[in-house]
Amino acid sequence: MEQRFDAIVVGAGPAGCACGYQLAQSGLQVLVVERGKFAGAKNMWGGAFFGPTLAELIPGFWAEAPIERYVVSNKLSCLTDEACLSLEFTTPKFRQLPYNGFTVLRSKFDRWFATKVQETGAIVAAGLQADDLLWEGNQVVGIKAGGDELPASVVIACDGVNSILAQKAGLGGELKPQDVKQGVKEVIALPRKTIEQRFNLSGDEGIAWEFIGSCTRGLPGGGFIYTNKDSLSVGIVVQLDALAENQVKANDLLEDFKRHPAIASLLEGGKLVEYSAHLIPVSGINMMPRLYTDGLLVTGDAAALVLGTGLILEGANFAVASGVAAAETTIKAKQTGDFSARSLAHYRELLEQSFVLKDLKTFSKAPHFMEKPRIYTTYPELACNLAERLFTSDGKPRKKAWQLLREASKGKISLWQIALDLMQGKEAI
Amino acid sequence: MNPSSVEDKLAVNKYDIDRDVHIKVNADTCQTCDIHHCLYACPADCFKLTEGHITFSYEGCLECGSCRIVCDKGAVEWILPRPGFGICYGYG
Repeated sequence: MEQRFDAIVVGAGPAGCACGYQLAQSGLQVLVVERGKFAGAKNMWGGAFFGPTLAELIPGFWAEAPIERYVVSNKLSCLTDEACLSLEFTTPKFRQLPYNGFTVLRSKFDRWFATKVQETGAIVAAGLQADDLLWEGNQVVGIKAGGDELPASVVIACDGVNSILAQKAGLGGELKPQDVKQGVKEVIALPRKTIEQRFNLSGDEGIAWEFIGSCTRGLPGGGFIYTNKDSLSVGIVVQLDALAENQVKANDLLEDFKRHPAIASLLEGGKLVEYSAHLIPVSGINMMPRLYTDGLLVTGDAAALVLGTGLILEGANFAVASGVAAAETTIKAKQTGDFSARSLAHYRELLEQSFVLKDLKTFSKAPHFMEKPRIYTTYPELACNLAERLFTSDGKPRKKAWQLLREASKGKISLWQIALDLMQGKEAI
Repeated sequence: MNPSSVEDKLAVNKYDIDRDVHIKVNADTCQTCDIHHCLYACPADCFKLTEGHITFSYEGCLECGSCRIVCDKGAVEWILPRPGFGICYGYG
């Protein structure tokens, strides 16, 4: 007789690995299928994530995981074509265990995570793709992969932003261009010492640096630089509909970004070693598919569980937390032997109780608020213009900041509009 | 000197290119389209406009799914490459 798994996890990214790990630890028979040649082969991200959620699952993971650097400094910058105004936060706390954030390259990290899952007792089958779901009436009872039928009590779709399984199951989640951002990234190799000198880092310290303003030519999105051990992750993230409708290519924005006077010198002498691209679901609960049906749970990017509060898009924590919640739901369902939607509804309850759906609800208005072109044009220009007036000495009598703000904003935006945006911003983010 | 064009950047990447084309683009449907969102949405420049015709090459595809979403004419039949084929990120 064919082996029937307790659970088949589709996709070995952070959601799938977290789920597989938790299931295998509880002694369930688990198969994780991954379409890439190895876990991580198809995956990319900007490159920085917060540690606590993964630390709950694998305490002290940083000691064994292929971490590039731990983040000691978070920096935000406004760009105009020439100028750059920055805000940087650092504290000795970020240098202490458990570290707050990490930079990571997915090809290495996911491979490590999948190995952990395997060591815990799950079967990880790379180079195997879930082509379709197996059904018994309205109940999902496994997957079809590589011409075989693989039965399971529960299937957990961790198959990423272009989730084929959620759509095959009719749970919705059909992506629209206004609900996704496109990220393009270059990994640029530089000697360790050069990175540390240029970014004022020592040892394994790293920086997570986000940019807003001219780098997206006014389109909703931003730029980023994350420091790896001996490379930089440099990229641009832009709303997909904005690229198409404004006839702008993300690579052209990336080239402009790399040539910016404040950036170019940081990248000088570096060698391109990889160019990658990916979509990010950014509309949160406004685009979320149904999270479960009979015999099926949907997690991570496949369920659009990404928090966008403005500049920073956070998905990895949500992927890990939802993967763990899906595992706990499956473990509970196995105890009762009930794998129907009624039983799997526990998954949604768990997410409602955790930061996953709480955060997405708190910031449900953020995606719409962040669509305002002013945020990417007028405000960065205003900030840089104001800073220039504050920091330039031209031999003339000085003016008070309020007067400088009035001068800098003149003809660009009314102070009334700024106040209105601040009010809406307070509500949304 | 680092490449600045998409084509040259893709040459740095590692691919296992399949004989089978995983994305099919219906050229007849493209003829009825005058906005060609695909040209700007594809980060790998797989879509090109040559003498008024959209041509598509799958080899450099980064499997992001952008073309599937931006084409509102339904000209893009998007499936993933066979497992083990396509882009193979070494950094990610």
